[in-house]
Amino acid sequence: MIELCPDTDAAVRGITDGATVLIGGFGRAGMPFALIDAVLQAGPRELTVVNNNAGNGTTGLAALLAAGQVRKMICSFPRQSDSFVFDELYRAGKVELELVPQGTLAERIRAGGAGIGGFYTPTGVGTPLAAGKEVRRIDGRDYLLEHPIRADVALIRAHVADETGNLVYRKTARNFGPIMAAAATLTVAEVDRVVPTGRLDPEHVVTPGIFVDRVVVTEQEAVA
Amino acid sequence: MTLSREQIAERVARDIPTGAYVNLGIGQPTRVATYLRPEQRVVLHTENGMLGMGPEAGGNDVDPDLINAGKVPVTESPGASYFHHADSFAMMRGGHLDVCVMGAFQVSASGDLANWHTGEAAAIPAVGGAMDLAIGAKDVFVMMALFAKDGAAKLVKECSYPLTGVACVSRVYTEHAVFHLTERGVVVTETFGTTLDELRARMDVPLLSPEA
Repeated sequence: MIELCPDTDAAVRGITDGATVLIGGFGRAGMPFALIDAVLQAGPRELTVVNNNAGNGTTGLAALLAAGQVRKMICSFPRQSDSFVFDELYRAGKVELELVPQGTLAERIRAGGAGIGGFYTPTGVGTPLAAGKEVRRIDGRDYLLEHPIRADVALIRAHVADETGNLVYRKTARNFGPIMAAAATLTVAEVDRVVPTGRLDPEHVVTPGIFVDRVVVTEQEAVA
Repeated sequence: MTLSREQIAERVARDIPTGAYVNLGIGQPTRVATYLRPEQRVVLHTENGMLGMGPEAGGNDVDPDLINAGKVPVTESPGASYFHHADSFAMMRGGHLDVCVMGAFQVSASGDLANWHTGEAAAIPAVGGAMDLAIGAKDVFVMMALFAKDGAAKLVKECSYPLTGVACVSRVYTEHAVFHLTERGVVVTETFGTTLDELRARMDVPLLSPEA
């Protein structure tokens, strides 16, 4: 059963030092800003964070990085015009980076949630990102062995939840939400609103409630 | 006359097959969308999770939940759909996209692509979806300036920059010429304000004429 949390502090309680945290969002779309702010307040350190990027501007993930709570980033595209917080930490050697092609990152998370022990992908063959990875030739084509990503916590943003934890997303803010929800021991969703069970059309549910543990209603941050 | 960047985008747009599913990379390739004609019925894919992407959004149409891979606000076209990242990259890796258009630092005669990292120690590496697109799309078109600022050709025998993908590029569109990378070699199908012999004089890669 899911827990409907009264506030974001309750929603993120129990995240320990050294935890691996999946954070949804692509750029700012789908980023759970309110949950990240709560993690900032709660203060767990030495986190490994998985997100497509490595923070934009000074809010959200960038604020978590600036506070020195992140030991390692696993992401595909850290370098952006406004990723100065990460850039500085990385150049100073204060944060570790595991760079993963975006599709491989998504599939590793999907595999983690689906109980898959690894998979072979053609992405990255013959490139520097193939270093140290097993190469397997299958039907005449080379593939790299990639391992699943599982996490202690997933923090995601959805549009609407019902009281069963079923989630519906909005437009391209869906991005990593559904696969991250499945890949963590504790999945927390911040949403625009919660409706009574039975109100969502079952045909329209994107993330079934079995993948969700806590839900909290938050105000979506105004566009900067 | 050599082509302007806009004219290169227009030239690429003309070669997109009717009804194709297409991914346009961040930066200059995005400009190709401007020149696609409605009768081409092209469906644009953006890897953050959308098919049927419409033009860039402006004014009241801006929705922070609706952006493209370059994180620019965009709009929906009729028939659009949304999906999560694993599905989006299944479309790419799984060979479902007909064409992708990307920029490049270098392309080799055998179609190797280098477009994600300069290899400089101080550079922060970022790959995004480039490697998935490179090996996944049925056709990879590159649009780029043919020569670097120091005059060195960017269509080369072997890439010196770190690779994005091996033997994946099928065509290169530049301000001076269009190149088709074929099994028999690099075929120059069109030149703009230059000749095949002039290009041969400036490039190490053996160049073939379409008739050869």
